Parts: sequence; structure tokens; C-alpha cells
Amino acid sequence: MADEKPLIKITIDGITIQVPEGTSILNAARMIGPEVAPPTMCYYSKLQDSGGKCRTCLVEVSAGSTKDPRPMPKLVASCRTNVMDGMVVKNTTSEKTLDARKGVVEFLLINHPLDCPICDQAGECYLQDLSYGHGDGFTRYEFKRRTFVREDIGPYIQLHMTRCILCYRCVYVANQLTDNRVHGILDRGDQSDISTYISRAIDNDFSGNMIDVCPVGALTDRTFRFKNRVWFLKPMDAHRDCDKCCGKVTLWTRGEEVFRVTSRKDPWGEVQDIDGKAAWICNTCRFEKKKAADWVIEGPTSIDRHSVISANHYEVKEMPPDPLNKVLDNHSPMLLMDIRETSQVNQPDIDLSILPGPATSYTFKDHDEATEISKANEERLKINDHKKVY
Amino acid sequence: MEPLTNRIEHVSRKQMSFWEKIYLPAVLKGMGITFRHMFKKPPTIKYPEKKRVFSPVFRGLQILNRDAEGRENCTACGLCAVACPAEAITMEAAERKAGEEHLYREEKYAAKYEINMLRCIFCGLCEEACPKDAVYLSETVAQANFARKGFIYGKEDLLIPHPLKDPEAFAKAKGSRIKHPEGHGNEH
Repeated sequence: MADEKPLIKITIDGITIQVPEGTSILNAARMIGPEVAPPTMCYYSKLQDSGGKCRTCLVEVSAGSTKDPRPMPKLVASCRTNVMDGMVVKNTTSEKTLDARKGVVEFLLINHPLDCPICDQAGECYLQDLSYGHGDGFTRYEFKRRTFVREDIGPYIQLHMTRCILCYRCVYVANQLTDNRVHGILDRGDQSDISTYISRAIDNDFSGNMIDVCPVGALTDRTFRFKNRVWFLKPMDAHRDCDKCCGKVTLWTRGEEVFRVTSRKDPWGEVQDIDGKAAWICNTCRFEKKKAADWVIEGPTSIDRHSVISANHYEVKEMPPDPLNKVLDNHSPMLLMDIRETSQVNQPDIDLSILPGPATSYTFKDHDEATEISKANEERLKINDHKKVY
Repeated sequence: MEPLTNRIEHVSRKQMSFWEKIYLPAVLKGMGITFRHMFKKPPTIKYPEKKRVFSPVFRGLQILNRDAEGRENCTACGLCAVACPAEAITMEAAERKAGEEHLYREEKYAAKYEINMLRCIFCGLCEEACPKDAVYLSETVAQANFARKGFIYGKEDLLIPHPLKDPEAFAKAKGSRIKHPEGHGNEH
């Protein structure tokens, strides 16, 4: 091709690779593999102009280029620095980088609450991974943390501003995917706050994608809120004919119930490219198709073996013949107890997956779906009335 | 053949003598041992009347803990269930409504919490996994039951008595091994 850019050489952690000119250090590292790729919290390759905010991807450049082999004086943000021919980069092999990253994690966690046990993002949270991988197991911060009351932005999305790390990814989603952005960041610095003007609802068809891009649990799916933990769900690739989006999604199921629908993720935690386009999904697919019958299920999503999401999923492709039948001469064994009759959990008349919001004490006492839906909205508005407390 | 251990003992094939054949000295020797034990301190105890003190590391029946104000600690985070090697624990979470703040400590709580004691192996991993100081292995054992369904312990069976309404029962259920009476400090 005529417009192909010349290839240049770059060495990252001792591994040399040839990449086209104009590639960022981060993307060059990603081409080598996940072992050398720096972690990212704000950079998102599918969103233009993202990156440069969180400083998680800092790397040391020990030789600038072949022409000028002097090291760069400071650590550079690899998502915003382009490669030069003959550049030598140190990521995990550099003490300075690891030390700086530890500091970055500490900064990110200054205001981040440790409410992982109640946060729906736990188990797939990049900040959780980052702090386990690079942070210290303790905090030196002794002051009051910034807190906000949670807020519903639109009928489907819930904002926990307390958990936000101000990566701006959701703002870019709103700018680039939806036609008119109604939310943004108000105030500056420590006071920054993601909000919609006068709690205006976000009702654009693609607004749900900001849940997927949020690296922490600041923006979460209200239709999934508190329903189940991600590691108890089985992710399944599925598709449906959708006139708004590509319709290719991941269903988070348990048995026949579909608890949550998300877009498909690539190894970097970003939305997968399908047919050369980022497979963003629309709100209809994400929030309104919560039945297995709505979808054509392709098969289980492959999950990294080290992820907690792969815990307790027994993938048995072929069931071995039950030896009990042979021993009992084809009589069925006497069932001394059917756990489904005794257990209070997972009762057949309560389908948590189709409730519009989280289950409450009402769900389990005198269950009546229609009343519950109307009550849920009422309570939500109550919360929004007193948005901020300092 | 080389013996596998040094504790090998060869069987004697020697013919028994007359004294050995009548077995009387051996019987008397055995009776002597029995008689001697009548004057020794018995190693057993009379169980229901007398009970042994549990070892400090004893792992008994689970309890669901409450804080000092009587609010439930459990937030249904699911870490006990994912840590459980026997998959005995299941739960369903719910959101705390306005006006329920005196019942549950955080905005999410376990509406249903169930331990299948037929499956439980009392390994204590649930207690170790719990970030909220909510599940403990107490100093009691699971009661015997005639039916299997008696071993499915729901939340009402597991929850510790209210510390303000019934302080005595609370202290008894909590036992003597309180580790973090104020919690871990991560609650807010």
C-alpha cells in the first residue's frame, strides 16, 4: 500500500519489535503481549483523545532514539508518547517505573472507597487489579475522603461519584458515540464531579456503553445492581438481530436467567473489534433483552484462567456415564432431599434478573412485581433530591 | 528382598510349650491389665453432663455477626461462597431501603443466606475470606437432626442474637474468640 508508514524499531523490556511510525509506546507494547504492556486506567484505544490523565502507564525511556540515544529525563506516559526509531523502553524491568506506578496507585486510591464488597464492579475492576499488582497493602492517607451520594443518571445507569477516578472515558463515549452529550465534569481538581445538568436523564441509545468503559465501579448497570456477583455468572457469547447496533454481546447468565448484557471485551478490557469496527452495543440490547429466548447463544466466552470470573465454572463438554444406574440395576436412586424444595435461595417465583432495579426487602416478603417497579422509581427520585453531601 | 522400613518384625513359627498351650497365664496377664485400669483416672468424660472446653482453634457452626448496634454485618459480597471448597454457601443480595438503616450496616445486605451443613466441611475458609467480619465459625457444633432438610441453615438460623435486645445470648453465641470487635476499618 502506498500510504503505509515506514516501520521503525523499538525495544521494550529487551524485546525488539518493528512498528509503524506514529504508534504510541503503549500500543507497541501491546503488540508484543500482555506481559510487557503497561496497565492503563484512562487510555482507551477505541476512544479518540483518551489517555494521558491517570499516569498509570508511565515508562522509562532509557534511549530516546538511534540519532539521539540520551535517556529521557523523566518517566513518560506511554499512551501519549510516540515511538522513535531505536528507542529503548523499560517497563517492568525499571525500578523507577514500578516505584512511580506504586505512587500512582496510592494517588488513585486516596479518594477511592474500599467498598469492593458492595461494588458491582468487583471481580472485573481494573483498579482492583492494578492495586493488587502494583500497590501497597495499606494506606497512609488519614484525612476525610471525598464522598458523594449515589445518583441515577437516566433510568439504567447509576453513578457512584465516590468511586470515580476521573479518567474521562465516559465523557468521550458521550462525545463520540452519542449525538448530544448531556453529562460532563463539573468543577475542577479535587472538587471535580461527573454530573448531568440538573440530573437530566441520559436517554441516548448508546449511553450504556459508558458502563463498559468505566474502569472502576463509578458507572454501573442499574438493572444488574446487587443481583449477583460477576464470578457466579457464566459469560456467554450471543447475538441478535439489532437495527441499531451490531447485536454481538456477552450475556452474563446463571442457569436460564440472563442477569446482565455487556459488550464483548478484548484482552485489554476494551470493546472488541468486530469486522473492523468497535462493537459498541445499544441500550435495547443491553438493558431490555434479559431473556435467554431473545438471544442466539454462540457458546461460553473464554475467560482468563487467572480471573476470579473463571472460578467454580465447571466446563464439562461430555458427561461421563453415571455408574449409579448400573449399580442400582437401572432404578433411580431414592432422593432423600430435593434441595430446590428446601432452599430459600433461588426461588422459582422470584426472577431477580428481570427486576428493573436491585432487589429490596420488598422483593422477598410480599412479592408483587408491578407494585415493586413503581415503588423503585419513587425511591430513586428521593435519593436524587439531595445529591451532594460534604 | 530389601525391607521397605526398619520396623519389620518376623513372625515366629516356633512350637508353643505346654504353658503357652493352656493360655491360662496369658489370660491372667490380660485380666491383670484390665484390673489395673480400674484404679486409673478415666480418659473419657460423661459427655452431656460434663463438656470439654473447646480448643482455641476449634471451628464449629457458622454464625452471622452483627455490629455493636445490632446491624447485620454481611453485605453479600460472595467471597465466602467463592472461597468455599464444598460450595455449601449460597446467598441473594438486596438493597437497603430508606428506614432500614438500623437493620443493616451497609447499603447492600444478604436477603437470603444459606449454608448447607451437609456439604460444609468446617474448614473456616469462609471466615478467612470475609472482609466484613460477618461470618464466624463459633464454638458450637451443628445439631443432629432426623431429617436432611434440618441441615439447610437459613439466615434466621445463622444470625447471632441481637446485642442490645439479648446481650447474654449474643455474648454466648459470640464466644470467647472475638477477633475484630470494631471491624477491619474498611467499612466506610
